[in-house]
Amino acid sequence: MIPSLPRSSLARLATAGYVAAFFAFLFVPLAVVALFAFNDANYPAPPWRGFTLDWFLASGGTRTGLFADAPLLKSLGTSVVVAGWVTLLAVLAGTANAFLLERARFPGKQALSLLMLAPLVIPGVILGISILAFASRLAQFADDALGLELDFLRPGLPLVVAGQFSYIVSIATLTIAARLKRFDATLEEAAYNLGASRAAVLFTVTLPWLRPALVGAAAISFLMSFENFNTTLMLTGSDPPLTIMMYGRMREGASPVLNAVSLFLMVASALLALLLIRRPRSPG
Amino acid sequence: MMTADAPAVLAAPRGRLALWLLLAPALTWLVGLIVLPHVDLALLSLRARVAPRVYEWSFQQYRTFLEEPLYWRTFVRTATMAILATACTLAIAFPVAWHIAKVARGRSKSVLFILCLVPFWVSETVRTLGWMILLRESGVLPRLLADLGFTAAPVELLYHDATILVGLVYTSLLFMVVPLVNALESLDDALIEAAYNLGGGTVSILRDIVLPHAAPGIAAGSIVVFMLTLGNYLTPTLLGGKNSLWFTEQIYAQFITRFNWEQGAAFGFLLLALSTAIVWAGLRLTGQRLGDVMRRP
Repeated sequence: MIPSLPRSSLARLATAGYVAAFFAFLFVPLAVVALFAFNDANYPAPPWRGFTLDWFLASGGTRTGLFADAPLLKSLGTSVVVAGWVTLLAVLAGTANAFLLERARFPGKQALSLLMLAPLVIPGVILGISILAFASRLAQFADDALGLELDFLRPGLPLVVAGQFSYIVSIATLTIAARLKRFDATLEEAAYNLGASRAAVLFTVTLPWLRPALVGAAAISFLMSFENFNTTLMLTGSDPPLTIMMYGRMREGASPVLNAVSLFLMVASALLALLLIRRPRSPG
Repeated sequence: MMTADAPAVLAAPRGRLALWLLLAPALTWLVGLIVLPHVDLALLSLRARVAPRVYEWSFQQYRTFLEEPLYWRTFVRTATMAILATACTLAIAFPVAWHIAKVARGRSKSVLFILCLVPFWVSETVRTLGWMILLRESGVLPRLLADLGFTAAPVELLYHDATILVGLVYTSLLFMVVPLVNALESLDDALIEAAYNLGGGTVSILRDIVLPHAAPGIAAGSIVVFMLTLGNYLTPTLLGGKNSLWFTEQIYAQFITRFNWEQGAAFGFLLLALSTAIVWAGLRLTGQRLGDVMRRP
């Protein structure tokens, strides 16, 4: 069982084999995606027909590579824009929520903090349809009663941002509040005693302490938004983000250009992860 | 710590304003994007169209669900598959979590743990694409099986229930491994050694020492995995194809394809009710609080 107890070499071998098989199970699908981005065939399937960069670079001929595939690149851009907005809003609101949960006292706080977790247990599809239906009712009302045409309430990017924000902000709040809880209040008191204003204390003492949590929350928010499928599917309009675009193409049939964009995403997220791990941690 | 003197600050008139400013984003978010939309969805599910643009209160949508075998069978099937996927995920993840928490030491321990997280840095779409390339008839695995002589010709491995299960388990592993590792790490090795010295075998140590200690982690992981599996759309539709019969697909069909929002809203509420009931039951059975479970992964 554990190393300090005697184990038969057979048990040891079996465990090692199992762990190896587990990691093969985890990584084989990703390796296959990456590999077939370079296969010189029109379909991502064996046999191996030689190495090519067509699925990244080709344009004009029978093949269209990633960097010439305008709709795919546009959806990638859409995803980045949506994720940027969701990240900004989630970190701002998450910070306000963290102060609310850790510093303020008001009636109904317990209920509010429980309600803040609710979006995490609501299936994404249902978040999507409820926001879709509600926004559509508001738009209908504005049209009927006020004669206003409110386009942002129709399926499209503003609704996608709202839908993703509605549960990602819960995660941002948890991340930031956890660090704020561990803050040593005497640091703030010392700053006040030395004559600092409230704003000065916030910007030179409290927020720098929260920085790792803010960066972490931003990274998680961006990733969650970029990967989101369920909520986005219900709210997207005529300019789909990347996950929806890829889903549509995967249903139609496969082209290795999807492998190319997938590999691009793997490399990008690996770089992001390295950046976050290598970043020197602030003392404390 | 801080809460002791915080109310004094917030009780002052300026503090009151500050409190409302802090409350504003939270209330806008929770009321505008969570509470009102769900109330609206509930109202939508409880009405029926009797003439163009004329509606009346009715349970017709829920009655349709019960009377149409396709609908409730899909619902039951989705729930069953989700339970099955959760059980498989637990069974597959536990030995690995044990290895990471109790057997691996030092550098290899943290490397293995990070390796578990890495695949989940890329989206479910990419991971599903990998499985499609591996399993489809012209794909890697059927060809390998044919070349090795296990099958006469490449067989289609997509579009089976087992395929959906594999995809769901794969997508859920992270959410099981992390809480299990956390739970097992806090178990003192001395307890296991003591049990061994007192003559306990592997089975009795597992049953009497390890499982009771890991129960909160097992429950936390299972709740999250069940919830995510039940609400999944991408994996069942892509790996199961037309045979997937997944309940979220019915919701999508009613809302987007058939534009029958009343029916879709009722389906949405049924799924929400099931998901909430299971989460609640799981928390009650293990005496945990939602906040603690959600903070773990």
